[in-house]
Amino acid sequence: MHNSKTVEIIVGLFVALGIAALFMLAMKVSNLSTFSGDNGYVINARFENIGGLKVRSPVTVAGVRVGRISDINFDNSTYEAVVSMSIDGSYNTLPTDTSASIFTAGLLGEQYVALEPGGAEKYLQQGGEVRLTQSAIVLEQVIGQFLYSQAEGGDK
Amino acid sequence: MVGVIRKLGKWGLGTFERLGRGHIFLYHVLTGIPAVLARFGLLVQQMLSVGVLSLLIIVVSGVFVGMVLGLQGYNTLVDFGAEQSLGVVVALSLVRELGPVVAALLFAGRAGSALTAEIGLMKSTEQLSGMEMMAVDPIKRVIAPRFLAGFISLPILATIFTAVGVIGGYFVGVGLLGVDDGAFWSQMQAKVDFYEDIMNGVIKSIVFGFVVTWIAVFEGYDCVPTSEGVSGATTRTVVHSSLAILGLDFVLTALMFGNI
Amino acid sequence: MFCLVDSNNNSDDVLVRIRDLHFSRGVRKIFNGVDLDIRRGKVTAIMGPSGTGKTTLLRLIGGQLRPDQGSIEVNGLEVPKLNVSKLYELRKRIGMLFQSGALLTDISVFDNVAFPIREHTNMPPSMVRDMVLMKLESVGLRNARDLMPSELSGGMARRVALARAIALDPMMILYDEPFTGQDPISMGVIVQLIRLLNDALGLTSIVVSHDVQETATIADDIYVLSEGRVVGHGTPQELAATDSDWVKQFMQGLPDGPVPFHYPGTQYADDLLAGSEQGRDM
Repeated sequence: MHNSKTVEIIVGLFVALGIAALFMLAMKVSNLSTFSGDNGYVINARFENIGGLKVRSPVTVAGVRVGRISDINFDNSTYEAVVSMSIDGSYNTLPTDTSASIFTAGLLGEQYVALEPGGAEKYLQQGGEVRLTQSAIVLEQVIGQFLYSQAEGGDK
Repeated sequence: MVGVIRKLGKWGLGTFERLGRGHIFLYHVLTGIPAVLARFGLLVQQMLSVGVLSLLIIVVSGVFVGMVLGLQGYNTLVDFGAEQSLGVVVALSLVRELGPVVAALLFAGRAGSALTAEIGLMKSTEQLSGMEMMAVDPIKRVIAPRFLAGFISLPILATIFTAVGVIGGYFVGVGLLGVDDGAFWSQMQAKVDFYEDIMNGVIKSIVFGFVVTWIAVFEGYDCVPTSEGVSGATTRTVVHSSLAILGLDFVLTALMFGNI
Repeated sequence: MFCLVDSNNNSDDVLVRIRDLHFSRGVRKIFNGVDLDIRRGKVTAIMGPSGTGKTTLLRLIGGQLRPDQGSIEVNGLEVPKLNVSKLYELRKRIGMLFQSGALLTDISVFDNVAFPIREHTNMPPSMVRDMVLMKLESVGLRNARDLMPSELSGGMARRVALARAIALDPMMILYDEPFTGQDPISMGVIVQLIRLLNDALGLTSIVVSHDVQETATIADDIYVLSEGRVVGHGTPQELAATDSDWVKQFMQGLPDGPVPFHYPGTQYADDLLAGSEQGRDM
């Protein structure tokens, strides 16, 4: 006769250990705890150049992450990039004249969208659009401008 | 010349025959699984020998792999001044690739070969035949519980491997090399996505569990019932499982992460 | 379930009827038209030199193999034509003793004998215990019930396997080479057990063996097989007084006769001469 009770307890502990490991991974390793809500709303913004912005890149206000990019599309008629942002439901007091800029985290880091609230009285709702946008800084253009202005200044 | 072609043809036909037998065998095993669930004690007993007893090698290997990742990751990142991102490197490597793959390889070597040897031995001492004559289907009684046990155990082991590896990387990075504690975890949490990374890793280990256990159980059941035959079958289990794991890993990685 | 009396009440004298059996393994023809009758309640021996397919015959009767041609009837049922569930029903009523015992090595003697009872019946543990002890007692190993198979000698393992084979009170038991490799005492024990159990439980026993002396002491009927056919049939007395050279050589264990001592080929004198000629030419 096997000691089946002991066996069952040990196997149960084994399975529990596995679940605990999964839990630990979910909570401490991944971003599950910080952003899991589906109770957000989606707003759009149009950019001339989104640079290296990707879907799932963060959206911040005052440096705090409030949402992420949910979709990136291209408008065939206006030749602009249309970026859809999913904002968490608890941050629902963004004025309608909020501006969106694309910044880079650190020197080589990934790009993200930073929102700066304006002063309007109405708030952005589902499907609203951010009108004031600033495109990503493309390094080559900056260098090109710099060289050009240097050349100009040198001539004078 | 003709002799070579004939040999090739024979080998080819033999391979197809084996492949077919393996799939028919799988079908029988899968149809026997409901019977296993009715006799839970069998399953629990097998999970002990297949899963719990592999825990030691999994945990020890996980810790060491994590620590090495921490060391090597630090050495490489420090040249770019990016050593604070060590958490991301350790976590993503483990969660996406090393956890499922290394755990599966270790499992194939330890538990897979043990399963093959056990079943092969039962075949060569006529125990399986004896069961048949006692009107007990050996596939339902002996094979199906072991298959289910392996299939359930590997994802659990792979998850434990990954978790322990991350902790190992933490000890080396933060404890020994001076990476900032907060940066380690916060950067990791920002970059590791639960659904895209962790669940994909779990899915990988589920697929590996299915394939490795299937190979191990089939090789044992199909072996030549002599001592030579059993040892050949055990070797084949480890080799074929390892190749299958690495091949499937590429396919799964391409499917899951190919578009990012 | 199991039963002590054959509820089929088949008054037919013959339990197993084999007609015109043909079976090949690869290119080798193992059975080439074999006719056998196994009578109910008797011990029938099937003998012949090694490799004549005696074990194969048991597997054919038990349905593990299918014949190429011919009929195998057990208790009125055509074995090769049975579907899986009916075959399993039949097997519950047949016990088989393998050459090596084939005990399950990871469980104790008690659990081995209890195995078929637990698998096929819903008896409460106390009843199971009683039945197992009864069966072990009949083979003399009741006090060995907690040993593991690895701790048993060969003879004891076979006796445990025998207890397991009678666990469900079958109507027939198949013995595959039960005397091979036994010391005289164990041999004597097994021989007596086969006969005693057969008579006490009203079983039909088929003993496959090439041990003439021992088998002849307990068999009611003997079939001698060779080269895929039945070459001799009768009671032990009839066969001892047989005319057939072949059967005589087998029963008496003579080294030379219809089965030659020398491997067939050239003559001895020719071989030696050929060798010395080669030597001279060198």
